[in-house]
Amino acid sequence: MRNIEASLITETVKRLCMEANYHLGEDVLGALKKFEADEESPLAKDILQQIIKNAEIAHTEEVAMCQDTGFGVTFVEMGQDVCITGGNLNDAINDGIRQGYSDGYLRKSIVEDPLRRKNTGDNTPGIIHLEIVPGDKFKITVAPKGGGSENMSEVRMMKPADGVEGLKEFVVERVRKSGGNPCPPIIVGVGVGGTFEKCAYLAKKALLREVGSKHPDPYYADLEAELLEKVNNLGIGPQGLGGRTTALGVQIEAHPCHIASFPVSVNLNCHAARHKEAVL
Amino acid sequence: MSENTKKINTPLTDDVVESLKAGDRVYITGTVYTARDAAHKRMVDLIEKGEELPFDPTGQIIYFVGPAPAKPGKPIGSAGPTTSYRMNPYTPAMIGVGLKGMIGKGEMGPEVVEAMKKNKAVYMVAIGGAAALIARSIESAEVIAYEDLGAEAVRKLKVKDFPAIVAQDCRGENMYIKGVEEYKRS
Repeated sequence: MRNIEASLITETVKRLCMEANYHLGEDVLGALKKFEADEESPLAKDILQQIIKNAEIAHTEEVAMCQDTGFGVTFVEMGQDVCITGGNLNDAINDGIRQGYSDGYLRKSIVEDPLRRKNTGDNTPGIIHLEIVPGDKFKITVAPKGGGSENMSEVRMMKPADGVEGLKEFVVERVRKSGGNPCPPIIVGVGVGGTFEKCAYLAKKALLREVGSKHPDPYYADLEAELLEKVNNLGIGPQGLGGRTTALGVQIEAHPCHIASFPVSVNLNCHAARHKEAVL
Repeated sequence: MSENTKKINTPLTDDVVESLKAGDRVYITGTVYTARDAAHKRMVDLIEKGEELPFDPTGQIIYFVGPAPAKPGKPIGSAGPTTSYRMNPYTPAMIGVGLKGMIGKGEMGPEVVEAMKKNKAVYMVAIGGAAALIARSIESAEVIAYEDLGAEAVRKLKVKDFPAIVAQDCRGENMYIKGVEEYKRS
Protein backbone atom coordinates (compact mmCIF):
# COMPACT_ATOMS: atom_id res chain seq x y z
CA MET A 1 0.00 0.00 0.00
CA ARG A 2 1.02 3.58 -0.63
CA ASN A 3 -0.19 6.24 1.76
CA ILE A 4 -1.39 9.61 0.50
CA GLU A 5 -2.20 12.35 2.98
CA ALA A 6 -5.69 13.85 2.63
CA SER A 7 -4.12 17.28 3.11
CA LEU A 8 -2.05 16.78 -0.06
CA ILE A 9 -5.26 16.07 -2.00
CA THR A 10 -6.83 19.25 -0.57
CA GLU A 11 -3.79 21.34 -1.52
CA THR A 12 -3.80 19.87 -5.03
CA VAL A 13 -7.53 20.46 -5.62
CA LYS A 14 -7.21 24.03 -4.35
CA ARG A 15 -4.38 24.71 -6.81
CA LEU A 16 -6.18 23.02 -9.73
CA CYS A 17 -9.39 25.05 -9.13
CA MET A 18 -7.43 28.26 -9.50
CA GLU A 19 -5.22 27.14 -12.39
CA ALA A 20 -8.18 25.81 -14.37
CA ASN A 21 -10.04 29.11 -14.02
CA TYR A 22 -7.05 31.35 -14.80
CA HIS A 23 -5.21 29.49 -17.53
CA LEU A 24 -7.00 28.31 -20.65
CA GLY A 25 -5.50 25.09 -22.05
CA GLU A 26 -3.00 25.45 -24.91
CA ASP A 27 -5.19 23.10 -26.98
CA VAL A 28 -8.25 25.36 -26.72
CA LEU A 29 -6.21 28.50 -27.30
CA GLY A 30 -4.58 26.93 -30.35
CA ALA A 31 -7.97 25.91 -31.76
CA LEU A 32 -9.36 29.42 -31.19
CA LYS A 33 -6.44 30.93 -33.13
CA LYS A 34 -6.79 28.45 -35.98
CA PHE A 35 -10.54 29.09 -36.35
CA GLU A 36 -10.04 32.85 -36.02
CA ALA A 37 -7.64 32.77 -38.98
CA ASP A 38 -10.22 30.93 -41.13
CA GLU A 39 -13.34 32.82 -39.98
CA GLU A 40 -15.24 34.58 -42.79
CA SER A 41 -17.53 36.88 -40.80
CA PRO A 42 -15.82 40.14 -39.72
CA LEU A 43 -17.99 40.33 -36.57
CA ALA A 44 -17.21 36.69 -35.70
CA LYS A 45 -13.50 37.28 -36.27
CA ASP A 46 -13.61 40.27 -33.94
CA ILE A 47 -15.40 38.22 -31.26
CA LEU A 48 -12.81 35.42 -31.53
CA GLN A 49 -9.99 37.95 -31.20
CA GLN A 50 -11.60 39.33 -28.03
CA ILE A 51 -11.98 35.82 -26.61
CA ILE A 52 -8.28 35.17 -27.26
CA LYS A 53 -7.35 38.52 -25.69
CA ASN A 54 -9.52 37.67 -22.69
CA ALA A 55 -7.65 34.37 -22.19
CA GLU A 56 -4.38 36.28 -22.27
CA ILE A 57 -5.57 38.81 -19.67
CA ALA A 58 -6.86 36.06 -17.37
CA HIS A 59 -3.54 34.21 -17.70
CA THR A 60 -1.35 37.25 -17.02
CA GLU A 61 -3.41 38.80 -14.23
CA GLU A 62 -4.39 35.43 -12.72
CA VAL A 63 -8.09 36.22 -12.69
CA ALA A 64 -11.05 34.07 -13.73
CA MET A 65 -11.40 33.95 -17.53
CA CYS A 66 -15.19 33.73 -17.04
CA GLN A 67 -17.19 35.02 -14.09
CA ASP A 68 -19.05 31.69 -14.05
CA THR A 69 -16.26 29.74 -12.43
CA GLY A 70 -18.50 26.73 -12.48
CA PHE A 71 -19.42 23.62 -10.58
CA GLY A 72 -16.32 21.90 -9.16
CA VAL A 73 -16.50 18.70 -11.17
CA THR A 74 -13.66 16.34 -10.27
CA PHE A 75 -12.60 13.06 -11.83
CA VAL A 76 -10.52 10.81 -9.62
CA GLU A 77 -8.65 7.74 -10.82
CA MET A 78 -7.46 6.12 -7.64
CA GLY A 79 -5.07 3.20 -7.70
CA GLN A 80 -6.39 0.29 -5.63
CA ASP A 81 -3.09 0.19 -3.73
CA VAL A 82 -3.52 3.74 -2.46
CA CYS A 83 -4.55 4.37 1.13
CA ILE A 84 -5.74 7.86 2.08
CA THR A 85 -4.60 8.89 5.54
CA GLY A 86 -5.47 11.76 7.84
CA GLY A 87 -8.97 12.34 6.47
CA ASN A 88 -11.50 11.08 3.94
CA LEU A 89 -11.49 11.60 0.20
CA ASN A 90 -14.79 13.51 -0.14
CA ASP A 91 -13.90 16.00 2.57
CA ALA A 92 -10.38 16.40 1.20
CA ILE A 93 -11.73 17.33 -2.26
CA ASN A 94 -14.46 19.63 -0.95
CA ASP A 95 -11.99 21.38 1.35
CA GLY A 96 -9.80 21.96 -1.71
CA ILE A 97 -12.72 23.44 -3.65
CA ARG A 98 -13.71 25.64 -0.69
CA GLN A 99 -10.16 27.00 -0.33
CA GLY A 100 -9.54 27.36 -4.05
CA TYR A 101 -12.75 29.31 -4.66
CA SER A 102 -12.21 31.52 -1.64
CA ASP A 103 -8.48 32.26 -2.00
CA GLY A 104 -8.69 32.42 -5.79
CA TYR A 105 -11.47 35.06 -5.92
CA LEU A 106 -13.71 32.67 -7.82
CA ARG A 107 -17.49 32.97 -7.87
CA LYS A 108 -19.58 30.78 -5.58
CA SER A 109 -22.33 29.38 -7.78
CA ILE A 110 -23.78 26.40 -5.89
CA VAL A 111 -27.18 26.37 -4.14
CA GLU A 112 -27.66 23.79 -1.39
CA ASP A 113 -31.06 22.65 -2.64
CA PRO A 114 -32.39 22.90 -6.22
CA LEU A 115 -35.85 24.05 -5.14
CA ARG A 116 -35.09 26.20 -2.11
CA ARG A 117 -32.00 27.69 -3.77
CA LYS A 118 -29.88 29.05 -0.93
CA ASN A 119 -26.25 29.58 -1.96
CA THR A 120 -23.82 27.43 0.05
CA GLY A 121 -21.41 30.37 -0.01
CA ASP A 122 -18.24 28.40 -0.73
CA ASN A 123 -18.96 26.60 -4.02
CA THR A 124 -19.17 23.22 -2.31
CA PRO A 125 -20.06 20.48 -2.67
CA GLY A 126 -18.22 19.50 -5.84
CA ILE A 127 -19.27 16.62 -8.07
CA ILE A 128 -16.90 13.70 -7.53
CA HIS A 129 -16.50 10.91 -10.09
CA LEU A 130 -14.41 8.13 -8.60
CA GLU A 131 -12.87 5.28 -10.53
CA ILE A 132 -10.74 2.60 -8.88
CA VAL A 133 -7.89 1.53 -11.17
CA PRO A 134 -4.93 -0.85 -10.78
CA GLY A 135 -1.69 0.50 -9.33
CA ASP A 136 -0.66 2.98 -6.64
CA LYS A 137 -1.13 6.32 -8.40
CA PHE A 138 -3.77 8.92 -7.66
CA LYS A 139 -4.87 11.06 -10.62
CA ILE A 140 -7.24 13.95 -10.10
CA THR A 141 -8.77 16.26 -12.71
CA VAL A 142 -10.69 19.40 -11.81
CA ALA A 143 -13.05 20.51 -14.58
CA PRO A 144 -15.06 23.59 -13.50
CA LYS A 145 -18.29 23.57 -15.51
CA GLY A 146 -20.35 26.66 -16.26
CA GLY A 147 -24.14 26.68 -16.09
CA GLY A 148 -24.85 28.25 -19.48
CA SER A 149 -23.46 25.40 -21.55
CA GLU A 150 -24.57 22.71 -19.07
CA ASN A 151 -28.18 23.92 -19.46
CA MET A 152 -28.06 23.22 -23.21
CA SER A 153 -27.10 19.55 -22.72
CA GLU A 154 -29.34 16.51 -23.15
CA VAL A 155 -29.55 12.72 -22.76
CA ARG A 156 -31.82 10.83 -25.13
CA MET A 157 -32.74 7.14 -25.05
CA MET A 158 -32.84 6.47 -28.81
CA LYS A 159 -33.83 3.25 -30.59
CA PRO A 160 -31.11 0.96 -31.97
CA ALA A 161 -32.91 1.39 -35.33
CA ASP A 162 -32.10 5.13 -35.21
CA GLY A 163 -28.47 4.19 -35.78
CA VAL A 164 -25.66 6.53 -36.67
CA GLU A 165 -27.92 8.76 -38.80
CA GLY A 166 -30.19 9.25 -35.79
CA LEU A 167 -27.20 10.14 -33.64
CA LYS A 168 -25.96 12.72 -36.15
CA GLU A 169 -29.38 14.33 -36.40
CA PHE A 170 -29.72 14.49 -32.61
CA VAL A 171 -26.28 16.01 -32.04
CA VAL A 172 -26.61 18.65 -34.79
CA GLU A 173 -30.16 19.52 -33.70
CA ARG A 174 -29.02 19.89 -30.08
CA VAL A 175 -26.35 22.41 -31.16
CA ARG A 176 -28.76 24.24 -33.49
CA LYS A 177 -31.40 24.64 -30.78
CA SER A 178 -28.77 25.90 -28.34
CA GLY A 179 -27.86 28.86 -30.58
CA GLY A 180 -25.83 31.47 -28.74
CA ASN A 181 -26.81 30.25 -25.25
CA PRO A 182 -23.86 27.92 -24.48
CA CYS A 183 -21.27 30.60 -25.44
CA PRO A 184 -20.06 29.32 -28.81
CA PRO A 185 -17.53 28.46 -30.05
CA ILE A 186 -18.27 25.33 -28.07
CA ILE A 187 -16.79 21.89 -27.56
CA VAL A 188 -19.38 19.18 -28.19
CA GLY A 189 -19.03 16.17 -25.90
CA VAL A 190 -20.99 13.15 -27.10
CA GLY A 191 -21.64 10.00 -25.07
CA VAL A 192 -22.95 6.93 -26.82
CA GLY A 193 -23.90 3.63 -25.21
CA GLY A 194 -23.88 2.47 -21.61
CA THR A 195 -26.98 3.05 -19.50
CA PHE A 196 -28.92 6.28 -18.95
CA GLU A 197 -26.58 7.62 -16.26
CA LYS A 198 -23.38 6.18 -17.76
CA CYS A 199 -24.17 7.84 -21.08
CA ALA A 200 -24.34 11.32 -19.54
CA TYR A 201 -21.04 10.66 -17.75
CA LEU A 202 -19.41 9.62 -21.05
CA ALA A 203 -20.32 12.92 -22.70
CA LYS A 204 -18.83 14.87 -19.81
CA LYS A 205 -15.70 12.71 -19.85
CA ALA A 206 -15.35 13.26 -23.61
CA LEU A 207 -14.87 16.98 -22.88
CA LEU A 208 -11.60 16.22 -21.08
CA ARG A 209 -9.89 15.09 -24.26
CA GLU A 210 -7.41 17.42 -25.91
CA VAL A 211 -9.25 19.66 -28.38
CA GLY A 212 -8.16 18.88 -31.93
CA SER A 213 -6.94 15.38 -31.01
CA LYS A 214 -8.22 12.42 -33.01
CA HIS A 215 -10.31 9.61 -31.54
CA PRO A 216 -8.12 6.47 -31.37
CA ASP A 217 -10.80 4.45 -33.21
CA PRO A 218 -10.83 5.55 -36.91
CA TYR A 219 -14.61 4.93 -37.11
CA TYR A 220 -15.23 7.48 -34.37
CA ALA A 221 -12.49 9.81 -35.63
CA ASP A 222 -14.34 10.02 -38.99
CA LEU A 223 -17.68 10.50 -37.25
CA GLU A 224 -16.25 13.33 -35.13
CA ALA A 225 -14.86 15.08 -38.22
CA GLU A 226 -18.19 14.74 -40.06
CA LEU A 227 -20.16 16.05 -37.08
CA LEU A 228 -17.80 19.01 -36.66
CA GLU A 229 -18.35 20.00 -40.27
CA LYS A 230 -22.13 19.66 -39.97
CA VAL A 231 -22.19 21.68 -36.76
CA ASN A 232 -20.08 24.45 -38.25
CA ASN A 233 -22.29 24.51 -41.34
CA LEU A 234 -25.16 25.62 -39.09
CA GLY A 235 -23.75 29.15 -39.32
CA ILE A 236 -24.44 29.88 -35.62
CA GLY A 237 -20.95 31.29 -35.15
CA PRO A 238 -19.29 32.81 -32.08
CA GLN A 239 -21.93 33.90 -29.55
CA GLY A 240 -24.67 32.84 -31.99
CA LEU A 241 -24.41 36.03 -34.06
CA GLY A 242 -23.45 34.23 -37.28
CA GLY A 243 -20.18 32.83 -38.56
CA ARG A 244 -18.30 29.70 -39.53
CA THR A 245 -16.98 28.90 -36.05
CA THR A 246 -19.71 27.27 -33.98
CA ALA A 247 -17.64 24.45 -32.47
CA LEU A 248 -13.91 23.91 -31.98
CA GLY A 249 -14.33 20.16 -31.71
CA VAL A 250 -16.72 17.22 -31.44
CA GLN A 251 -15.47 14.55 -29.04
CA ILE A 252 -17.12 11.15 -28.62
CA GLU A 253 -16.85 8.53 -25.86
CA ALA A 254 -18.50 5.15 -26.56
CA HIS A 255 -19.31 2.27 -24.21
CA PRO A 256 -20.94 -1.17 -24.62
CA CYS A 257 -24.72 -1.11 -24.28
CA HIS A 258 -27.80 -3.32 -23.90
CA ILE A 259 -29.28 -5.03 -27.01
CA ALA A 260 -32.49 -3.01 -26.55
CA SER A 261 -30.79 0.35 -25.95
CA PHE A 262 -29.10 3.18 -27.81
CA PRO A 263 -28.48 5.99 -25.34
CA VAL A 264 -26.93 9.16 -26.75
CA SER A 265 -25.98 12.24 -24.77
CA VAL A 266 -24.66 15.65 -25.68
CA ASN A 267 -22.79 17.72 -23.10
CA LEU A 268 -21.84 21.12 -24.44
CA ASN A 269 -18.90 23.09 -23.13
CA CYS A 270 -18.29 26.79 -23.68
CA HIS A 271 -15.03 28.11 -25.15
CA ALA A 272 -13.82 28.55 -21.57
CA ALA A 273 -13.27 24.78 -21.61
CA ARG A 274 -11.47 24.34 -18.32
CA HIS A 275 -9.72 21.29 -16.89
CA LYS A 276 -6.44 20.76 -15.09
CA GLU A 277 -5.05 17.52 -13.73
CA ALA A 278 -2.40 16.26 -11.37
CA VAL A 279 -0.97 12.84 -10.58
CA LEU A 280 0.07 12.18 -6.99
CA MET B 1 -14.79 54.44 -36.07
CA SER B 2 -16.91 52.69 -38.71
CA GLU B 3 -20.54 53.65 -39.23
CA ASN B 4 -21.88 50.62 -37.40
CA THR B 5 -19.80 51.38 -34.30
CA LYS B 6 -21.56 53.77 -31.91
CA LYS B 7 -20.79 55.36 -28.57
CA ILE B 8 -23.81 55.71 -26.33
CA ASN B 9 -24.43 57.12 -22.87
CA THR B 10 -26.91 56.11 -20.22
CA PRO B 11 -29.72 56.76 -19.48
CA LEU B 12 -31.00 55.91 -22.97
CA THR B 13 -33.53 58.04 -24.80
CA ASP B 14 -36.02 56.74 -27.37
CA ASP B 15 -33.96 58.43 -30.10
CA VAL B 16 -30.81 56.57 -29.10
CA VAL B 17 -32.70 53.26 -28.87
CA GLU B 18 -34.17 53.83 -32.34
CA SER B 19 -30.76 54.64 -33.79
CA LEU B 20 -29.38 51.22 -32.77
CA LYS B 21 -29.62 48.44 -35.32
CA ALA B 22 -29.03 44.71 -34.97
CA GLY B 23 -25.35 44.10 -35.74
CA ASP B 24 -24.12 47.49 -34.52
CA ARG B 25 -21.15 47.50 -32.19
CA VAL B 26 -21.64 49.84 -29.26
CA TYR B 27 -19.51 51.28 -26.47
CA ILE B 28 -21.59 52.19 -23.43
CA THR B 29 -20.61 54.85 -20.91
CA GLY B 30 -22.50 55.75 -17.74
CA THR B 31 -24.48 53.80 -15.16
CA VAL B 32 -25.58 50.20 -15.71
CA TYR B 33 -27.45 48.08 -13.13
CA THR B 34 -26.89 44.35 -12.67
CA ALA B 35 -29.49 41.67 -12.02
CA ARG B 36 -29.92 37.95 -12.66
CA ASP B 37 -32.81 35.52 -12.13
CA ALA B 38 -33.20 35.85 -8.36
CA ALA B 39 -33.05 39.67 -8.30
CA HIS B 40 -35.45 39.90 -11.26
CA LYS B 41 -37.95 37.71 -9.44
CA ARG B 42 -37.88 40.04 -6.42
CA MET B 43 -38.16 43.19 -8.56
CA VAL B 44 -41.07 41.85 -10.60
CA ASP B 45 -42.84 40.89 -7.34
CA LEU B 46 -42.45 44.55 -6.29
CA ILE B 47 -43.85 45.80 -9.61
CA GLU B 48 -46.86 43.50 -9.21
CA LYS B 49 -47.48 44.87 -5.72
CA GLY B 50 -47.11 48.43 -7.02
CA GLU B 51 -44.05 49.06 -4.85
CA GLU B 52 -40.85 50.94 -5.66
CA LEU B 53 -37.83 49.22 -7.18
CA PRO B 54 -34.34 49.51 -5.61
CA PHE B 55 -33.47 51.95 -8.44
CA ASP B 56 -35.43 54.12 -10.86
CA PRO B 57 -35.51 52.04 -14.06
CA THR B 58 -36.44 54.97 -16.35
CA GLY B 59 -34.12 54.92 -19.35
CA GLN B 60 -31.73 52.49 -17.65
CA ILE B 61 -29.88 49.39 -18.77
CA ILE B 62 -29.76 46.10 -16.85
CA TYR B 63 -26.72 43.90 -17.34
CA PHE B 64 -27.44 40.21 -16.67
CA VAL B 65 -24.33 39.35 -14.69
CA GLY B 66 -23.13 37.78 -11.47
CA PRO B 67 -19.53 38.92 -11.20
CA ALA B 68 -16.64 37.02 -9.65
CA PRO B 69 -15.28 38.56 -6.40
CA ALA B 70 -12.92 41.51 -6.86
CA LYS B 71 -9.23 40.99 -6.17
CA PRO B 72 -7.79 43.61 -3.77
CA GLY B 73 -7.46 46.99 -5.48
CA LYS B 74 -9.91 46.14 -8.28
CA PRO B 75 -13.47 47.53 -8.52
CA ILE B 76 -14.92 44.17 -9.62
CA GLY B 77 -13.91 40.63 -10.55
CA SER B 78 -14.44 39.05 -13.96
CA ALA B 79 -17.87 40.11 -15.17
CA GLY B 80 -19.21 38.56 -18.37
CA PRO B 81 -22.89 38.14 -19.24
CA THR B 82 -25.14 35.27 -18.20
CA THR B 83 -27.66 33.61 -20.54
CA SER B 84 -30.59 35.93 -21.17
CA TYR B 85 -33.50 33.58 -21.96
CA ARG B 86 -33.83 32.88 -18.24
CA MET B 87 -34.95 36.51 -17.84
CA ASN B 88 -37.72 36.17 -20.49
CA PRO B 89 -40.44 35.83 -17.82
CA TYR B 90 -39.36 39.06 -16.08
CA THR B 91 -38.01 41.47 -18.69
CA PRO B 92 -41.36 42.57 -20.24
CA ALA B 93 -42.46 43.83 -16.79
CA MET B 94 -39.16 45.70 -16.38
CA ILE B 95 -39.54 47.31 -19.81
CA GLY B 96 -43.10 48.19 -18.81
CA VAL B 97 -41.76 50.40 -15.99
CA GLY B 98 -39.24 52.22 -18.16
CA LEU B 99 -36.20 49.96 -18.70
CA LYS B 100 -34.62 50.80 -22.08
CA GLY B 101 -31.85 48.26 -22.48
CA MET B 102 -30.64 44.82 -21.51
CA ILE B 103 -27.18 43.30 -21.86
CA GLY B 104 -26.74 39.54 -21.77
CA LYS B 105 -25.88 36.66 -24.06
CA GLY B 106 -28.03 34.43 -26.26
CA GLU B 107 -31.39 35.19 -27.87
CA MET B 108 -34.30 36.71 -25.94
CA GLY B 109 -37.84 35.41 -26.43
CA PRO B 110 -40.80 36.75 -28.43
CA GLU B 111 -42.50 38.16 -25.31
CA VAL B 112 -39.43 40.36 -24.73
CA VAL B 113 -39.28 41.40 -28.41
CA GLU B 114 -42.94 42.48 -28.26
CA ALA B 115 -42.24 44.64 -25.20
CA MET B 116 -39.12 46.07 -26.89
CA LYS B 117 -41.11 47.08 -29.97
CA LYS B 118 -43.99 48.51 -27.98
CA ASN B 119 -41.92 50.55 -25.51
CA LYS B 120 -38.73 51.15 -27.52
CA ALA B 121 -36.03 49.10 -25.84
CA VAL B 122 -32.90 47.39 -27.13
CA TYR B 123 -31.18 44.09 -26.38
CA MET B 124 -27.40 44.06 -26.55
CA VAL B 125 -24.92 41.27 -25.97
CA ALA B 126 -21.52 41.28 -24.39
CA ILE B 127 -19.16 38.47 -25.32
CA GLY B 128 -19.95 35.53 -23.08
CA GLY B 129 -16.80 34.25 -21.43
CA ALA B 130 -14.76 37.38 -22.18
CA ALA B 131 -15.25 38.32 -18.54
CA ALA B 132 -11.74 39.50 -17.64
CA LEU B 133 -11.67 41.77 -20.70
CA ILE B 134 -15.14 43.20 -20.01
CA ALA B 135 -14.25 43.92 -16.37
CA ARG B 136 -11.66 46.43 -17.60
CA SER B 137 -14.47 48.74 -18.74
CA ILE B 138 -16.12 48.74 -15.30
CA GLU B 139 -14.82 51.61 -13.17
CA SER B 140 -16.81 51.04 -10.01
CA ALA B 141 -19.36 48.66 -8.55
CA GLU B 142 -21.62 49.13 -5.56
CA VAL B 143 -24.20 46.70 -4.19
CA ILE B 144 -27.46 48.64 -3.89
CA ALA B 145 -29.93 45.85 -3.09
CA TYR B 146 -30.37 42.18 -2.17
CA GLU B 147 -26.91 41.76 -0.67
CA ASP B 148 -28.03 38.35 0.64
CA LEU B 149 -27.98 37.07 -2.95
CA GLY B 150 -24.17 37.32 -3.11
CA ALA B 151 -23.05 37.32 -6.75
CA GLU B 152 -26.72 37.79 -7.71
CA ALA B 153 -27.18 41.03 -5.74
CA VAL B 154 -28.20 44.20 -7.62
CA ARG B 155 -25.15 46.34 -8.32
CA LYS B 156 -24.78 49.84 -9.69
CA LEU B 157 -21.87 49.88 -12.13
CA LYS B 158 -20.07 52.86 -13.60
CA VAL B 159 -18.85 51.82 -17.02
CA LYS B 160 -16.67 53.48 -19.62
CA ASP B 161 -16.75 52.28 -23.22
CA PHE B 162 -18.29 48.98 -22.21
CA PRO B 163 -18.17 46.84 -25.40
CA ALA B 164 -21.43 45.29 -26.65
CA ILE B 165 -23.19 44.28 -29.85
CA VAL B 166 -26.83 45.02 -30.69
CA ALA B 167 -28.42 41.58 -31.04
CA GLN B 168 -32.15 42.39 -31.19
CA ASP B 169 -33.34 45.91 -31.87
CA CYS B 170 -36.57 47.81 -31.26
CA ARG B 171 -37.83 47.04 -34.77
CA GLY B 172 -37.56 43.29 -34.23
CA GLU B 173 -34.40 42.87 -36.31
CA ASN B 174 -32.54 39.86 -34.97
CA MET B 175 -28.86 38.99 -35.45
CA TYR B 176 -29.53 35.42 -34.34
CA ILE B 177 -31.54 35.02 -37.55
CA LYS B 178 -29.77 37.47 -39.85
CA GLY B 179 -26.19 36.47 -38.96
CA VAL B 180 -26.88 32.74 -39.02
CA GLU B 181 -28.68 32.91 -42.40
CA GLU B 182 -25.64 34.57 -43.90
CA TYR B 183 -23.12 31.95 -42.83
CA LYS B 184 -25.01 28.65 -42.85
CA ARG B 185 -24.25 26.05 -45.52
CA SER B 186 -26.20 22.97 -46.41
